[in-house]
Amino acid sequence: MDLFLGIDVGSVSTNLVLLDPAGEPYLTPLYLRTQGRPIAVLQQGLALLREQLSSRDRVCAVGTTGSARFLAGVLVGADIVKNEITAHAVAALHLVPDVRTIFEIGGQDSKIIILRDGIVVDFAMNTVCAAGTGSFLDQQAFRLNLSIEEFGALAKDATNPVRIAGRCTVFAESDMIHKQQMGHPLPDIIAGLCEALVRNYLNNVGKGKEILPPVVFQGGVAANLGMRAAFEKVLKTEIIVPPYFNVMGAYGAALLARDYAKEGGQTSFRGFQVATLQFQPRSFECKGCSNACEVIEIREGKRVLARWGDRCGRWGSSVTGAEEVNEEAKSIS
Amino acid sequence: MKITYPHMGNLYIVIRALLTSLGLDLVLPPPTSNRTVELGVRYAPEFACFPLKLNLGNFLEARELGADTILMAGGVGPCRFGYYAQVQREILRDLGVSMEMVVLEPPDTHWSELKDKIRWLVGDRSWWEIIKAIRFAWYKARAVDLVEARVLYLRPRVFEPFELESGYREALRKIDQAASKRELDSVVKGFFRFSNRLPRRSGSLLRVGLVGEIFTVLEPFANYDLERRLGLLGVEVTRSIFLSAWINEHLFGGLLRVKGTKHVKKLAAPYLNFFVGGHGRETVGSTVDFARQGYDGVVHVAPFTCMPEIVAHSVLPSVTKDYGIPTLTFYLDEQSGEAGIQTRLEAFVDLISARRERVRKEKH
Ligand code: SF4
Repeated sequence: MDLFLGIDVGSVSTNLVLLDPAGEPYLTPLYLRTQGRPIAVLQQGLALLREQLSSRDRVCAVGTTGSARFLAGVLVGADIVKNEITAHAVAALHLVPDVRTIFEIGGQDSKIIILRDGIVVDFAMNTVCAAGTGSFLDQQAFRLNLSIEEFGALAKDATNPVRIAGRCTVFAESDMIHKQQMGHPLPDIIAGLCEALVRNYLNNVGKGKEILPPVVFQGGVAANLGMRAAFEKVLKTEIIVPPYFNVMGAYGAALLARDYAKEGGQTSFRGFQVATLQFQPRSFECKGCSNACEVIEIREGKRVLARWGDRCGRWGSSVTGAEEVNEEAKSIS
Repeated sequence: MKITYPHMGNLYIVIRALLTSLGLDLVLPPPTSNRTVELGVRYAPEFACFPLKLNLGNFLEARELGADTILMAGGVGPCRFGYYAQVQREILRDLGVSMEMVVLEPPDTHWSELKDKIRWLVGDRSWWEIIKAIRFAWYKARAVDLVEARVLYLRPRVFEPFELESGYREALRKIDQAASKRELDSVVKGFFRFSNRLPRRSGSLLRVGLVGEIFTVLEPFANYDLERRLGLLGVEVTRSIFLSAWINEHLFGGLLRVKGTKHVKKLAAPYLNFFVGGHGRETVGSTVDFARQGYDGVVHVAPFTCMPEIVAHSVLPSVTKDYGIPTLTFYLDEQSGEAGIQTRLEAFVDLISARRERVRKEKH
């Protein structure tokens, strides 16, 4: 089967999706924790996929996205390297073609994307105060000794959600503890917390944006029934959580790869053998001028695969594919 | 007396020309770097705006090189810039750094005070000499602007942006060193000749206007190099503010015939009808201006917590609604993440190119 691979390497999770030509996931999408080791986790993901593929399967194009999209793109030989805002929009449009608003809340990042007639017309990413909603919910569930599923489901039993100060997660936590100590029932507190986070998201990320249905809610936090219910309550509109809601970036990247192949693009995918190669990342401070850029370099054996982080293009543009470690790099760093 | 002053893009070239032709001794701070940020952030109040922190870092670094007198601009209106100098002076004093701070207030409001300060600085030089020095500095400002505008135009068009970049740096260095108007003219001509020879790609480009608070617009360090990032993404950037226009307006009272901000101030109505401090009105007006000229989008930059720009930002959605021009605002400070900026710029470029594609299809 002709397949299209999408990879999303973010700070919290690394996801891989393989699509068939119809745009349906071919294998179960992979959701792995990045744990600060993007290269190793990406390789692990590729190895997991390879095990499940047959000799008749062929990867025809690869797309990468996420905050480590360039790194991932270089390692696997991606055909498309796309920012996560566009990738998320592409995936949502594929699953819900008339979508007009996308809420994306992941571990660290939150975004809102506004679409009209199938194109993105506006977007925003989190400010500091709405960051880490996913991680925060995990942490609260852990503190209350609940799984994140139980935590979300409990919100449904709320009869009288308490109002929690949700300016940011620091305030929310202390207010939540306070409300607990006052003896409010847990479901009411959890529902109240979800509503506070939703208000916080709408005020900080969605500020000034016209939110029209259909609304698609994706990212890891979309699994949380309490959050979904809170959005529905505040916005008084149905919230659609698509299948594969937590790997939409990788899904979108795979769809973009499929388009690339459709238009006749030849893949530069380096194959699943990437899973077993040795990569050496390092960084050095350039002494070429007063900017003192921190240049990041990634090598495979003696070959420099990529460098970035320079402000002037001195390093980034000096990599022409298969180049030996150049002498200059040694002398300057 | 060893004078220093803060960095703002290439302003240092202009001020250096002015002060050295008046025979003053200068110690320029090293170019703004991460170390400058560290110093500034360490000693400035957390919620002060980014330019104040960078200025402070500049002063401390210049002090290490022996500067003892700071030349700083003042300001009027509801923008906090007006008391930067005072706050900075206090901070330096608390740190036990003894530096004289000379604050030049805008001439349109404090002319006689300014006159006295200039006298104090330059001693008994004649007004004619002063005027000549100002004129020469002005030529430098023009030269810098011509070269900068050329780079903004060419960056998305050339195959070798690195070559363009080094030619640009070289041209700036020569402008900084030039001792006469003739020399300046030849540097500019030389740069144009050099840049015209660089191989270019063909095809139509996206065009984006850059608006916002003057310091963050002009200082690449403060805006995380976003002109260059956009250029490398294949976007031609047009700045709403150039040094020479600003100097003409504020120092020469708009005497010279370069394109200034009068025009865009008018365009800000009916969205914003009065002075809100800083460049808030110009931000709105320039956005309208770019929209009318058929630009694909506008990128708006401001220091985090900048009040005039927050006011401007709040009315930009109405401009977008009326003219259909997408805008993207960045509030910047030392906490801004480079990855986030890059991601948003890329997404914005996707957005405006999809929009252009749609408009093109509708016409057919
Ligand atoms: S990479 Fe370029 S801009 Fe950065 S320090 Fe080196 S020479 Fe300077």
